[in-house]
Amino acid sequence: MRPHRVVFIAASVAVFAAALPNAQMKPWNNAGLSEPPSGPSGPAPRRDLSGTWDAGRDGIQPTGHIAAPFTPLGEQMAKANHPGNGTRIVQVTDDNDPLSTMGDPTGFPRIVLYELRPFQIVQTSNQVLILYMFEKRWRVIWTDGRALPTNPDPRWYGYSVGRWVDDSTLVVNSVGTDDRTWLDNAGNPHSNNLRVEERYHRVNQRTMELTVTLDDPVVYTKPWMPVDKMRIDLMPNGSDLMEMIPSASEAAAYRRVIASQAKTK
Amino acid sequence: MRNMIIAALGVLLISVPLAAHHGAAALDTGKEITLKGAVTEWIWSNPHCFLQFDAKDDTGTVRNWAVETQNPTTMTQRGFSRTLFKAGDEVTVILEPVKNGQPIGRMLTIVLANGQKLVAAPPTTPENAPYKPQ
Repeated sequence: MRPHRVVFIAASVAVFAAALPNAQMKPWNNAGLSEPPSGPSGPAPRRDLSGTWDAGRDGIQPTGHIAAPFTPLGEQMAKANHPGNGTRIVQVTDDNDPLSTMGDPTGFPRIVLYELRPFQIVQTSNQVLILYMFEKRWRVIWTDGRALPTNPDPRWYGYSVGRWVDDSTLVVNSVGTDDRTWLDNAGNPHSNNLRVEERYHRVNQRTMELTVTLDDPVVYTKPWMPVDKMRIDLMPNGSDLMEMIPSASEAAAYRRVIASQAKTK
Repeated sequence: MRNMIIAALGVLLISVPLAAHHGAAALDTGKEITLKGAVTEWIWSNPHCFLQFDAKDDTGTVRNWAVETQNPTTMTQRGFSRTLFKAGDEVTVILEPVKNGQPIGRMLTIVLANGQKLVAAPPTTPENAPYKPQ
């Protein structure tokens, strides 16, 4: 390590530490900070994803994703969405994001593709439960061997089943997601026919990787992969996460006080 | 030394500003205004917290400003809290205004009545606001 590099790193730490007086793990109300690892990790436990996990800044995708090409119907659906960010950004006054302007549920898979804040995984004998800090929402992934429903009534968070394909990889398949939700912050749409595969691969005791594949032939001309081996770190035992709930009244207050007056010509 | 470097990189990683739910196209990026005034309301909410305060402009006219910050989760990491301000608190706000002249903007730094300085956000740059309106 060259001396000037050490000085640079030390100075950077001092600057950021001064600007962020509360940036450390706390026993209560933690905003989601995985601690730097110390020492080598142990091996991945067998068929076990239990714990509280944090993808850090990789889990937060404010500009959304570059999607696969749209079908003609997909193109039409995308034009109706006026996102506050991404490649089709509009002015904040014209944003019609159902989540941030109306307080609609984030829905699935947007909970994974936009605000994957820290989350806890709890396993029972026949389920994997994912408890998200964002929205303080949960998903149930059935691991009892049941099949996905055929022609299901759409739900904000769809229907999910999971299976272990090896001792460290859980593959989750989901259908029946509500097409009122957006896929991401860029306003990419989806239909009720969307099929989602999530692949949770536990690399070792304190790290896993997530890969997400979307297949929606109504809206996109081919399957695409918005998340490819995203690294997610285990948070310390006892991490108590903050609430991060986007409410309808708070969204309305923001639009009234800020967004409605911010329009440029 | 290796552990020190890993720890330093860890601090840097968690310090990276998390971008907003919307772009920064409405802001007059690069422009900074410093205003001294009295808090009228502090709204601790998603997707953005925002502070409202009365301040005099250059002509002596008092206007009620509203400056947004990030969400409560991110602001907690930056030393803010739901109970940090109450109505009447004297504050000095360094902000990035919107382009249209309305008393709206984004808080960059705030100095509290007791002299404590808190950094709310880095100034917008082409690197952290890559998208332009269509």
